[in-house]
Amino acid sequence: MNNKDLLNLIDITVSFEGFLALNKLNLNLKKGELRAVIGPNGAGKTTFLDVITGKVKPTNGEVIFKGKSLVGRKEHKIARLGVGRKFQSPRIFENLTVKENLEISVTTPKSPLNLINKSIKDEQLNEIDRLMKIVNLAQKVDSKAGSLSHGQKQWLEIAMLVGQKPDLMLVDEPVAGLTDEETDLTADLLKSLSGENTVVVIDHDMEFIRRLDSNVSVLNQGTVLCEGTMETIQKDKKVIDVYLGRPED
Amino acid sequence: MSLSKIKFDKKIVLSLWIILIALIIAAPTLLPVFRLNLLGRYLSLSIVALGVDLIWGYTGLLSLGQGIFFALGGYCAAMYLQITSSSEFPNNIPEFFALYGVEKLPFFWEPFRSPVFTFFAIWIIPALVAGLIGFLVFRNRIKGVYFSILTQASLLVFFNFFNGQQKLINGTNGLKTDVTQLLGQMVGSESMQRIFFWITSVLVIASWFFAKWVVKGRFGNILIGIRDDEPRVRFTGYNPVIFKTIIFSIAGGLAGISGALYTVQSGIVSPQFMTVPFSIEMVIWVAVGGRGTLLGAILGAVFINYAKSLVSEALPASWMFIQGGLFILVVTALPEGVLGWIQGDGPRNLLQRFGLKRKIETYPSLEVNKKEGNNE
Repeated sequence: MNNKDLLNLIDITVSFEGFLALNKLNLNLKKGELRAVIGPNGAGKTTFLDVITGKVKPTNGEVIFKGKSLVGRKEHKIARLGVGRKFQSPRIFENLTVKENLEISVTTPKSPLNLINKSIKDEQLNEIDRLMKIVNLAQKVDSKAGSLSHGQKQWLEIAMLVGQKPDLMLVDEPVAGLTDEETDLTADLLKSLSGENTVVVIDHDMEFIRRLDSNVSVLNQGTVLCEGTMETIQKDKKVIDVYLGRPED
Repeated sequence: MSLSKIKFDKKIVLSLWIILIALIIAAPTLLPVFRLNLLGRYLSLSIVALGVDLIWGYTGLLSLGQGIFFALGGYCAAMYLQITSSSEFPNNIPEFFALYGVEKLPFFWEPFRSPVFTFFAIWIIPALVAGLIGFLVFRNRIKGVYFSILTQASLLVFFNFFNGQQKLINGTNGLKTDVTQLLGQMVGSESMQRIFFWITSVLVIASWFFAKWVVKGRFGNILIGIRDDEPRVRFTGYNPVIFKTIIFSIAGGLAGISGALYTVQSGIVSPQFMTVPFSIEMVIWVAVGGRGTLLGAILGAVFINYAKSLVSEALPASWMFIQGGLFILVVTALPEGVLGWIQGDGPRNLLQRFGLKRKIETYPSLEVNKKEGNNE
């Protein structure tokens, strides 16, 4: 552990009735880092995000974020501490408009009293405008989010994530179902976010991961198999075994 | 999303409001006092329906126990009326106590001597009880069908408790209000009933404005967010427990006001207000009127109940079948309820089906816009 680290996962074990979804997983993230996490199906990638965001309580181990332990904290408290998450399939509020979706994400403080009493602040409206331009949804401000295309939904959710201004962004399969062009744009967007933000991207798409040009952690059977740049891990024998030798995993 | 579409929606809602208000203004001169009294009762039921719409239509909490809060409001009002009209009875306490040999007023009746306390108790007590039940349930993340079952079970607990307490609140017989006095007049008298009709009408409209204020803007959007995807709301940094508790408590308060108004207009409050079918009916009014529309809840409550009394007079015993049929029809054919159907593309689709209106011909590229309209 080191002081510049934003997040430390220490010996995280998650057991679902005996099945070890995560097995003594250790992972450290520096502030401003962009990190890709890959791994075969069932490697524990999503459980890993569930542990950080408080959805799943680890059976063992410790999650330290900005010097504070996250284990046992409620999801909304963790979110307020500065952990934002984008889900695998786009999870936006389909019955609300694009603007209303973004309002929900940029609003602070997130208390009922603030929401019912006060109107939204000007700087938050400006932030919404900025976000809509970044993800090319400015034309769709007042459309129901449910009427957007799949790619637009993915982007709206990324915009919502950014709007939350989290210190740590956890992005689960952001390019699933996107066209090549959209995939490239998403990669560039995520790259531009890192530096100021710390971003963890989970994906299968090797081309996309390569384009991110970041450090990569390979998960397998609930533990970190290997870490390094794309070139390093592609040469790693264990990774080749897991990815090429035993495709049935 | 086309401009004419928005106008059409607004026109419908506006004209329904005009009809409703015209009905309210015309009713006291047009209707005999018996019918006026019925209309007043049904209008008071529309306030509990507004609460159901807030928690179910907007927030996705299907409560089958709103009768609890409705009855609590009714009991608060009835206790005040009974205690302030008991001077000629033995021990200066309500008459029924003598039946059970009770000579001293139970302690919890005492504050109901005060009109000010009663005025607040009618809505604050149900709101607090709802808030407490809600908080315990929501904190334990009990959702969906389990929530519905739990609210129904609570309803049965309250029903059995009130039913069994003869010595405290006259048990199964309930508390009569029509022969009590208020401001020197008999509550059941024609002139009082006319006043109650006006009070009810004003409160229905005030409750609508209040509900509208609650759901407009970001607070309402969070409620919709909780209905559609609660974990997502949580991961965005909101605590759904607080929001759900607040809205459930508001619905409880509205139910209390509704129950009090219903009690003074029907002349009695009894544990019958807490029977299982009655609380389910409240949900049916909202489902038929249109979930998440507010106005639909008011119209559903008034029209279904009015139809109920008319049908029951003409064809006794057939109402249950009609009500059941109506519910099935709405669930299968009009899942958004009548108002939701009108506000959607319902009428146009119906006319097209009978060939009365030409289908809109569009280029495939314009199809996208049409879809957006559908979702509005």
